[in-house]
Amino acid sequence: MASPSPKSPEQSEKNKQYDRQLRLWGDHGQAALESGHICLINATALGTEVLKSIVLPGVGSITIVDDNIVSDEDVGCNFFLECSSKGLNRGSEALRLILELNPAVQGHAVQEPPDQILEQNPDFFKSFSVVIATVLSEKTIQELAQHLWDINVPFILCRSVGFLGSFRIQIKEHTIIETHPDNEQPDLRLDVPFQALSDYLNSFNIDDMDLKDHGHIPWIVILYKAVQKWQINNPNSWPMSRKEKNEIKNLIQEFIRKDENGIPINEENFEEAIRAVNTSLVPTFLPVKIQEFLYSSAATNLTKESPSFWIMCSALRSFVEAEGKGKLPVRGVLPDMTASTEHYVTLQNIYRTQAAMDAEIVYRKVQEIVSQLHCDTISENEVKLFCRHAHDLYLLKGSNIVTEYQLGTPVASYIARHLEEPDVMMVHYIMLRAAEMFRSEHCRAPGDWEPEADITKLKSCVSKLLSDISCSPFPKDDHIHEMCRYGGAEIHTVSAFLGGCVAHEAIKLVTKQYKPVNNTFIYDGASTNTATFTF
Amino acid sequence: MASGEIQTSDYQQRRWQNIRKLLERSGPFCHPDFEPSAEILDFIMNSCKVLVVGAGGLGCELLKDLALMGFKKIHIVDMDTIELSNLNRQFLFRKNDIGSSKAKCAVEFVNKRIPGCEAVAHHCAIQDLDDGFYRQFHIVVCGLDSIVARRWLNGMLMSLLQYNDDRSLDQSSVIPLVDGGTEGFKGNARVILPGMSACIECTLDLYPPQKTFPLCTIANTPRLPEHCIEYVKVLQWAKENPWGETTQLDGDDPQHVAWVLEKAQERALKHGIANVTYRLTQGVLKNIIPAVASTNAAIAAACATEVFKLASSCCINMNNYMVLNMADGVYSYTFPAERRLDCVACSNTTRVMEIEADATLQMIYDKLCEDQAFLMKSPGITTVINGRNKTLYMSSIKSIEERTRDNLKKKITELGLYNGCDILVADITTPNTITIKLKFAENLDVDMAR
Repeated sequence: MASPSPKSPEQSEKNKQYDRQLRLWGDHGQAALESGHICLINATALGTEVLKSIVLPGVGSITIVDDNIVSDEDVGCNFFLECSSKGLNRGSEALRLILELNPAVQGHAVQEPPDQILEQNPDFFKSFSVVIATVLSEKTIQELAQHLWDINVPFILCRSVGFLGSFRIQIKEHTIIETHPDNEQPDLRLDVPFQALSDYLNSFNIDDMDLKDHGHIPWIVILYKAVQKWQINNPNSWPMSRKEKNEIKNLIQEFIRKDENGIPINEENFEEAIRAVNTSLVPTFLPVKIQEFLYSSAATNLTKESPSFWIMCSALRSFVEAEGKGKLPVRGVLPDMTASTEHYVTLQNIYRTQAAMDAEIVYRKVQEIVSQLHCDTISENEVKLFCRHAHDLYLLKGSNIVTEYQLGTPVASYIARHLEEPDVMMVHYIMLRAAEMFRSEHCRAPGDWEPEADITKLKSCVSKLLSDISCSPFPKDDHIHEMCRYGGAEIHTVSAFLGGCVAHEAIKLVTKQYKPVNNTFIYDGASTNTATFTF
Repeated sequence: MASGEIQTSDYQQRRWQNIRKLLERSGPFCHPDFEPSAEILDFIMNSCKVLVVGAGGLGCELLKDLALMGFKKIHIVDMDTIELSNLNRQFLFRKNDIGSSKAKCAVEFVNKRIPGCEAVAHHCAIQDLDDGFYRQFHIVVCGLDSIVARRWLNGMLMSLLQYNDDRSLDQSSVIPLVDGGTEGFKGNARVILPGMSACIECTLDLYPPQKTFPLCTIANTPRLPEHCIEYVKVLQWAKENPWGETTQLDGDDPQHVAWVLEKAQERALKHGIANVTYRLTQGVLKNIIPAVASTNAAIAAACATEVFKLASSCCINMNNYMVLNMADGVYSYTFPAERRLDCVACSNTTRVMEIEADATLQMIYDKLCEDQAFLMKSPGITTVINGRNKTLYMSSIKSIEERTRDNLKKKITELGLYNGCDILVADITTPNTITIKLKFAENLDVDMAR
């Protein structure tokens, strides 16, 4: 049958394959992911589960560092090893089976121990977007963490033992333009309307409109008119308190037309206006958090090497101080509301036009800075995106993992404070650290052979950690006993849960969208509890 | 149990070493009834039958997770075939598999990768399988994207419950249901012990209401690009029938999508509305829910961990509903969802509906569709009068719909219904006919006088 469609804007294969995730992070997020290079150290079940959920969405490339030989236990809990993998290099075998998931992804395997690479070829790690490691010794963790901190490569350290698991994100500084907040505060400027907006709002005369038009006035106009009326008796003020907001609601109620019997007609736009009073009369202001960014030294002391985020912050500061009159650029987004098409589209265009004009000013300032610094250019689209999200910019300042091993005062007292809490999530952190210490001292996991025999030895590891943070020993041995029961076992579903989470966080870091965990996540599969700590 | 069935070879011992540590050792936080032994793994491997419902994003993960936790007797049911847009997360499928049965393809892959796994595929709808089929399982784990299908499955497991003479629950008839769901970066996992803890029907209010646009907005005052697409979908397609009257709009047919896109763009241009794109058009037509590998992996793993706990009793199950939000950090919250004592699915009591004595049948119909306790889709209502079945209204069969349509306007008393009588309701959300007792509300005069 001949197609009634004259043209068919078919999507590309790639767009179809990635459709469900493009709706979450967009084409630009996907492009960032596709230029990412992830390094995994040790292809344990946890390690391969992480890679699985990074390779499927199409990361650029992966490198596995693993010098271990595949054992029967590995095959028993790791989906990306086969029976025939036994006796072969674990990283190469895992890589082969993981790459089957997505032919677009490049992969490499390096059969060297990580501490040897650190010693002989530390530059190896420079090119990665994120390094992810499992099952490392205490010594290697510290050396690797310090090195990655120094060369400014993000690092995620993960653990999975029995029902317990954790991951720790180490990143010096992470800036996010698109945080995708669940509830975005609308930016309507009713208290400080720009010229085009106030011209439009003032063009309405609610009382003179015929009934049909009356029911199609956008609630933004209604709210504005109610405040104007309120200001007759309250000159030079803005409704802030609950009482004042109720007065506004009453004024809106009075606007509603009545039928011949004096009963108010059901007008949805006025109902919407009443509902919007509490959320949409917030005065326009420069959020403190954003103000801090604009005046931080990263934004005021620019160099040729400054990241584009800080250059844009600097341009934004100049906008706020001059054209913006203390306010951020208009966001240019109008929520949906009951209104005629004409009213809505006109109003939407007023906001959009102002947003485009504000962004244009910021873009010109960015260009000036770029030409002064002789640094890389920043595209207009990037600046537009930045201005659109200027109210929700986010900065994560991380800490070095090594501080957890040195246990200086701030970290020690942080841990001690959380150990006093009734839930035991910080106890789990101590247990995972103690098991790691045990492994470094005895070259095997606690309880690997006999759970009971190792309780005393593990207890001394726990005591050492607790005394380092000036805490008294645990009153009971139950958590120590439980860790010995695990015997270093890696349980597939626990690793699969963490693997999903770690992959997710790595994608957040690479796409620079959505806020990642700051900075430590603990999971207890037995009680189905999770917790986040910030070391 | 035959001793020969216990895995004894060194290889098997080593291969399952990780799980054996959990099952053959006791710990201070174990379930009080837990007795460590090698027989538990033997039960998991050789006796315990688990049904996985859905072989999509969650189903693929569940199948892998369960197989690596020692389960061998796994059945998986899914009526769908593989599409390109599945491949960003349904990791058991490749481009070559597009068009094949999801269930069959998933089973083939896992059985090959994990020797000893004896997974069985059912390429059919869950409604095609009867109570005899469902009764054979020890545990059912569900990874569906459809709420209706979930409710049907829940109803099926509830209908398998048996009660003793003293109305107490026969524990041996309980088949636990572990249910997972995801949407973008958010998900949930829950454990349902039928007849003992909150079931899907008890907690219908936990599902977000479906987003719909009022018809008058679509027709008269479009503002968003979605309104323009809905207009073409709801009104313009039926009017123009571009591929002839018999061809329904198919969101999977790229030519259909292209046609809708073009018409929606025309409408948008006329009204000055921007941003009608191919992606948005397809999203609205198919009601696409964003999905990503990582969220599915985490939720499926949480579900599989609960299945393992149920099968082994090695620790206490989650109580009983976990929400996971990975959009801002990673955050989880577990809470005990509460049973509805008058739940239509799991309460073993007859549900009562309060209704005005002069109500019409339409009012009962609307209550069944809108009341949070029912939320039915297209209920068929019958009753028994003088020992004879009488169909009051049924929309699913065209000829009966036409014959019974006028009843909707009639008063229920005209139709022979009385205070305390039972109506029988059938709907796609449940495999069973539900009995509802009508209770006429009294003292309504006060309200009416106002």
